[in-house]
Amino acid sequence: MHELKDLYQEVIVDHNRSPRNFGKLAGANRVLEGYNPLCGDRLTLYLNVKDNKIENITFDGSGCAISVASASLMTETIKGKSTGEAEGIFHSFHDMVTTDSGEPDFDKMGKLVAIAGVRDYPTRVKCATLCWHTLHSIIQGERASVSTE
Amino acid sequence: MNVAHKDISKTGAGTVLDVEALRGDFPILARRIRGKPLVYLDNGATAQKPRVVLETLDNYYRNYNANIHRGVHTLSGEATAAYEGARDRIRKFINARANAEVVFVRGTTEAINLVATCMGWGGVQRGDEIIISAMEHHSNIVPWQLLCERSGAVLRVIPINEAGELIMEEYARLLSDRTRLVAVTHISNALGTVNPVKQIIEMAHARGALALIDGAQAVPHTAVDVQTLDCDFYAFSGHKLFGPTGIGVLYGRQAVLEKFPPYQGGGDMIKMVSFEKTIYNDLPYRFEAGTPDIAGVIGLGAAVDYVTAVGLDRIAAHERDLLEYATDAARGISGLRIIGTAKEKAGILSFVLEGIHPHDIGTILDHDGVAIRTGHHCAMPVMEFYKVQATARASLAFYNNRADIDALIKAIAHARQVFH
Repeated sequence: MHELKDLYQEVIVDHNRSPRNFGKLAGANRVLEGYNPLCGDRLTLYLNVKDNKIENITFDGSGCAISVASASLMTETIKGKSTGEAEGIFHSFHDMVTTDSGEPDFDKMGKLVAIAGVRDYPTRVKCATLCWHTLHSIIQGERASVSTE
Repeated sequence: MNVAHKDISKTGAGTVLDVEALRGDFPILARRIRGKPLVYLDNGATAQKPRVVLETLDNYYRNYNANIHRGVHTLSGEATAAYEGARDRIRKFINARANAEVVFVRGTTEAINLVATCMGWGGVQRGDEIIISAMEHHSNIVPWQLLCERSGAVLRVIPINEAGELIMEEYARLLSDRTRLVAVTHISNALGTVNPVKQIIEMAHARGALALIDGAQAVPHTAVDVQTLDCDFYAFSGHKLFGPTGIGVLYGRQAVLEKFPPYQGGGDMIKMVSFEKTIYNDLPYRFEAGTPDIAGVIGLGAAVDYVTAVGLDRIAAHERDLLEYATDAARGISGLRIIGTAKEKAGILSFVLEGIHPHDIGTILDHDGVAIRTGHHCAMPVMEFYKVQATARASLAFYNNRADIDALIKAIAHARQVFH
C-alpha cells in the first residue's frame, strides 16, 4: 500500500507553497514553455547559459503541486551545472520516476528523491517530468514549446 | 435483473428509488480501491454497467454471435432481430417517430461529426453561420470549426453568464437568415447547467435554421422526447447511459436525413453496387456502413430497458435531492468555489479549492476510494471563462447515495489537511 505522505512529502508541499527560483529571469538567453495538455499544466523555463554552463535558471507558470515542486527542486539542483551534467541528471531523474524497483539513491539524486513517490502514481509521472523534458529540449536547442503528449 | 428494480418498475407511481437495492445491480460498486469502498462520482465521464448489460453482451457472444442483415442462417437471424429490436426500443426511449431516424454511431462525437460532415457536403457555404455556445464540449466545437474551415462558414458563440447559463438575449441577436444550424448541449458536462433547449430549438426554427442537441450528459438524468423538443438532431453515447462503450445514437429527423449525402461508403449502406452506378440503402442503414458494433447496440438496448424500468422521473428526483445535498455540504467548506451555479442544474458539482490544484485533489480523493474527474473536462473555453486551469468534478448517477457524498466531503477535508 502506497502511503499518500510518500507522494505529498513535506518537501513537496513546501516547494509548492513557496517555489524557489520562481519568476521571469532578466537577461535569460534561453526561454521555453512546457505544456501538458492532459491537465493543462503550463510552465516556462528561463535560462542563462554561458559556455555550456547554466549560470542561472528560473521558472514560472502554474500547475499541480507535483509539477510546481518538481520544477522548483530542478532549478535548485541544476543551477551552476554544465549542460552535460544537467542532461545526466535528467536521465537519472527519468529513470527514478519511471522504474519501480529499489530505493531511490539519495547520494546520487539528493533532494530530488522527494519526487520519487510519483512512480507509484503512473497518472502523475508526467506532472513531475514536464519541467525536465522542457529543460532537456532547451539543452537540445529546441525553440518551440514542449508538450508531454 | 434484480428483483428490487422489477418491483420498482411495477409500482409505477412511486417517486422514491430504492437506491441500496439498485446498487446491487452494479457488480463494480462492490470494488475496493486502496482498501476503501469505491465511491464512484465520475459518471459524467462514463457510467458503470448493471449486471443485465454485462449478461446481455456475454449472451450475444456466447450464444448467437453472427453478422447482421446478411446471412440466412439461424444465428444471423437472431442477431439481426436482437439488433433491430434494440433500435426499436431505443426509438421508443427517445420517442422518435420511426426507426429510420435512429442511426447507430460510435458515440456522441461521431454523431456530431456525421452531421457536420454531411452538412458540409450538403451545401453549407461561405458566409453561412453555425451557432454553438460557450459551454460546449470540444466534440461540439471542433467538428463545426472543421466545417467552417472547409466551407468558409462562420462560427458564432452564445456567451454565458457567471452562473454558467446561456445569455438568451445574445442568442437571439446571433440568429440571422444566414444561420444554418444551432448546436448546443442539453446539459453541460463541465457545469451541470440544463439549457432551455426547447426554446433554443424553436428560435432556431423561426429563422429557418436546423437544431442539434448534444444529449451526452442528459439522457442518463432526464427523460428525452425528441418530438416534444422538435430538434432536428439529438446525439448521445451509450456508455454514459449504463451501456457499453463504442456505441452511440444519432437521432435525425427523417426529412433532414433523407437529404444528407452518405457519410461513409461500404457494405450495408447500399442496395446495389456496380462500377457504373451504386444505389444507396434506405435510412437508417445508409449511415451505417460496414459491420456495426452489434454487441454494443444489443447491450445499449438492455441498458435502455434497465433505465426505463428504474424510471427517469424517479432518477431525476433522486439526483436533484442528492445534488442539493452535495451543494449544501460543499458550500460549507472554506476556500471551495463551485464552478457552475445555474438555477437549472443536473448531476454535476464542479469546484476548485483555494491553494490545491484539482489534480492533487483527484489523487488524494482516489486514496480515499473516491473517483472524480479533474482537468478541463474537454471544455477548455469554459475553463478560460472562469479563469481556472482545471476543476475537480463530481458527477452523479442514480446509484449514488448520501454516503457517497459524505465520503466526498470527508476526502476533500483530507486534501485540505495534506496541504494544510
